[in-house]
Amino acid sequence: MLAAHVLLAAATLVIVFPMLYAVQVSTLEFQEVFVFPPKLLPGAAFTDNLQRAWEKVHLGRLLANSAGIAVAVALGKTCLSVLAAFAFTYFRDFPGKTLLFVAILVTHMLPLPVRIVPTFQLMHDFGWVNSYQALTVPFFASATGTLLFRQFFLTIPPALSEAARVDGAGPLRFLVRILLPLSLNNLAALFLVEFLYMWNEYLWPLIVTTSDEMRVVQIGIKMLVATDAQAEWNLIMAGVVAAMVPPLLVLLALQRSFVRSISLGQEK
Amino acid sequence: MEAFSRRWTALAVAVAVLLIGTPAQAKTEIHFWHAMGGQLGAATNELVKQFNQSQSEYEVKALNKGTYPEVLTGAIAAYRQKNPPHIVQVFDVGTQTMLLSGAIYPIFQLMKEQEIAVNWGDFIKPVTGYYSKDGNLYSMPFNSSSPILYYNKTAFKKAGLNPDKPPATWKEVGEASKKIIAAGAAKCGFTTSWPSWTMLENTFPWHDQPFATNQNGYTGLDTKLLINGEFGVKHIGQLAAWQKEGVYSYGGRMGAPDTKFISGECAMDIQSSAVIGGFKKSLKFEWGTGQLPHWGAPYKKQNAVVGGATLWVLKGQKPADYKGVARFMKFIAEPHQQMWWHVTTGYLPITHTAIKNLETGYHFKKNPEQWTALSQLSAKPTPNSLGHRLGNFVQIREAIESEMENIFAGKKTAKEGLEAAVAKGNAILGEFAAANKP
Amino acid sequence: MKRAVFKNRGLPYLLVLPQIVVTLVFFFWPAFESLRLSFFRTSPFGDKTSFVGLENFVNLLSSAEYYQSIANTFVFAFGVTALAVGLGLFVAALATQKVRGLAAYRTAVLWPYGIAPPIAGIIFLFIFHPSYGVLPYWLGFVTSYEFNWLLKGWVAMALVIIATAWTHVGYNIAFFLAGLLAIPTSVLEAASVDGAGALRRFRSIVLPLLSPITFYLVVVNLIFSFFGSFGVIHAVTQGGPGNATEIMVFKVYKDGFIGLNLGSSAAQSVLLMFVVIVLTALQFRFVEKKVIYS
Repeated sequence: MLAAHVLLAAATLVIVFPMLYAVQVSTLEFQEVFVFPPKLLPGAAFTDNLQRAWEKVHLGRLLANSAGIAVAVALGKTCLSVLAAFAFTYFRDFPGKTLLFVAILVTHMLPLPVRIVPTFQLMHDFGWVNSYQALTVPFFASATGTLLFRQFFLTIPPALSEAARVDGAGPLRFLVRILLPLSLNNLAALFLVEFLYMWNEYLWPLIVTTSDEMRVVQIGIKMLVATDAQAEWNLIMAGVVAAMVPPLLVLLALQRSFVRSISLGQEK
Repeated sequence: MEAFSRRWTALAVAVAVLLIGTPAQAKTEIHFWHAMGGQLGAATNELVKQFNQSQSEYEVKALNKGTYPEVLTGAIAAYRQKNPPHIVQVFDVGTQTMLLSGAIYPIFQLMKEQEIAVNWGDFIKPVTGYYSKDGNLYSMPFNSSSPILYYNKTAFKKAGLNPDKPPATWKEVGEASKKIIAAGAAKCGFTTSWPSWTMLENTFPWHDQPFATNQNGYTGLDTKLLINGEFGVKHIGQLAAWQKEGVYSYGGRMGAPDTKFISGECAMDIQSSAVIGGFKKSLKFEWGTGQLPHWGAPYKKQNAVVGGATLWVLKGQKPADYKGVARFMKFIAEPHQQMWWHVTTGYLPITHTAIKNLETGYHFKKNPEQWTALSQLSAKPTPNSLGHRLGNFVQIREAIESEMENIFAGKKTAKEGLEAAVAKGNAILGEFAAANKP
Repeated sequence: MKRAVFKNRGLPYLLVLPQIVVTLVFFFWPAFESLRLSFFRTSPFGDKTSFVGLENFVNLLSSAEYYQSIANTFVFAFGVTALAVGLGLFVAALATQKVRGLAAYRTAVLWPYGIAPPIAGIIFLFIFHPSYGVLPYWLGFVTSYEFNWLLKGWVAMALVIIATAWTHVGYNIAFFLAGLLAIPTSVLEAASVDGAGALRRFRSIVLPLLSPITFYLVVVNLIFSFFGSFGVIHAVTQGGPGNATEIMVFKVYKDGFIGLNLGSSAAQSVLLMFVVIVLTALQFRFVEKKVIYS
């Protein structure tokens, strides 16, 4: 038992080391970064580094953009998937149902790299280049979400919806009053996954934004690295730390639901 | 009472005019996309600010769109969507792509049509030659540089070498490196930044050797690379041998190898003159510069070619805007701005007047490192040393560098690697020729 | 069937509509355009376009570089998957030993999941840096071998595999933990009464029970490494040294957005679509099977 505990602690340490190290470097002075043997104790320059990184690439604005976009996409994807999954599960077969379902699933096979040039072209036709619409709307479709909710709805006892129908409740009322409260864990889990997905998106914002004010934080950090001469790793890592905080908060807030939704999936 | 209220009304109107009136005369916006990050970005913004303050009709909006390739791609996409930036900064290797694009408003034509007089004869030839066609300048040189040798004087002293005499030939580079390593003054002798640019694209013209057929691509599209000849194999083969001995240490692409020099790991670095400004801040030892090393006889000492980037004007914006574009171009080419830009960043001044003014102020006496790069550009260019005009050069450079890595890793001999690079490069050139058939 | 209780005719269409509109406009149309572009040769600025039939495909399939990028992709994707799934299973198995503070461990290991691939790449770039990285420095005490990923292809590949697997291991741990905790203790106890050793018990009882999750995670990790890991390569190796880490998605980007060869890039996108179709078919076959059985 003790051996297992020690092994677990060691494995965890290996996994979190890169982040702890990033935090540590973010507290050093520029000169201290290149000292050998490498310093492993925190320095005192964190606030200074963060402030300089913050000013250099307007981190505040970038963090707000990233967060806003990620929240919007996560909400949009969740809403649209719930509605679609509801239509696919709780209604009498309607003509074209399979076709529509397959069409949604196929989006899974079309990741962004496969269609990036034409999608960009579309943004311009819509006049959306460098706008929040461009950073959010194209991501609203979610095969994963639709599938997840369809599967989850299938596990809910049919008696529930039958009872609702007998009581004369309409479908939307049933969705809002009964189905959604039952789906909270799944809603939170999907929100988490999609939030992180969008937070991590990098290629698309790089291409579709054309002004400093519209950029996202990943690009800002990359720009800190891309400066001339010697990279200021203490500043870069301060930026990295700032960029780690929002997803970490979301993870902390929603991980219970995430884990529970996985467990529910297993218990069927 | 009435008089009172009338006075108040007048005041209110005056305030309103002050508040609304001034910004109402909207300035014409000129969009300028560039790839200058860090200190260079700050200098670019300062230059733009100076222009905006110097007149009241136009407002240049500068935006850092990422790395050079990202800027080019972004501008092309925007052009195809019919909303291009007015001005885009394109690096040297994008020149042929721009020239054949049909999307550009050549700078000489812009100046002529907007009736802004420019003394083209004042521009220095090795800089404009790279970007001219039929004697006319197509894009405005903005940040030009050439590769020079940086060396660590402290390490040289420790190894018993003369710290005021940088090695001038490759033979001397090898000998100095070995002495430095033996004396424990540094772990390795030298490293090279931008490997293809410094070790091939510049080393070939520097020795008056042809880099590609058709006068390095200037006279036709069916161009083939020539880097796998005797000279290329000798030069790269020697680097590979030195890599094996530890004399040379390959440090990656672009500016990544600088780290080895800054940290003191390598005693010499061959890198663009544009990092002088950065090195002044970050180097904690005594250092100096020398010309790009040469192989000596039987090779002739020619000139280096410029690298860096130029400003291209794109078609497709409102006709009235181009007056402002022309005025901005005129502004940055003026001696005062050229001198400021050179002193601040280390990029080369591009007019004889600017250079003469700098000399008069003893700038080069006080800052000899700033003269090194210019001194390499003084010879009258031959067809081998005018520049390179290759299509899809970005991809070619990438193909060359990946083969250089195979050579330095010992996976291929210099001959095999360079031949593979030529084969890949020629395929890329063929693709470009096919896509640009008239 | 029995679940389909509501009889509205128009409503289900209305509910599906938003999702379908987004799908058609932002997925199907651009994908079709990619397909169309793959038959053309276009100059960078798009002013000269000519139909070339299958030439873009022929060029690709006769270039050694393209085959190398396919091989790299498989090494990379299977490397990431093996490492992320293997390590995930290992850590999860340890964590189920009724260890105190399980929730804290789980949070700690889930953390990297919130880190964007380019950021992960940047962190590892620093840790692994041949000149000032802490890892090469420590390894220098153990061996004189130089882990210089700027020149050694396999070191570079190992670096990007580790960085990518790292961002995904927490996700895998969370799934394995859920699966492990769902195995009734009675099953395990029964086995241990029979005298089965811990390791044997794990192999003969736990692993088979975990196989659906394992399979699911393998597919998800494969898809992620095929398509979601662009940022790591972009931030760290740019495909080098000597194309050693040039994976297919990176080559699509490199040839299309750096090399401006849209035709070839589009042709690669089309070939890439085949890969996704195979992977997705695998995933849905599994998911659908599960749905049917439940």
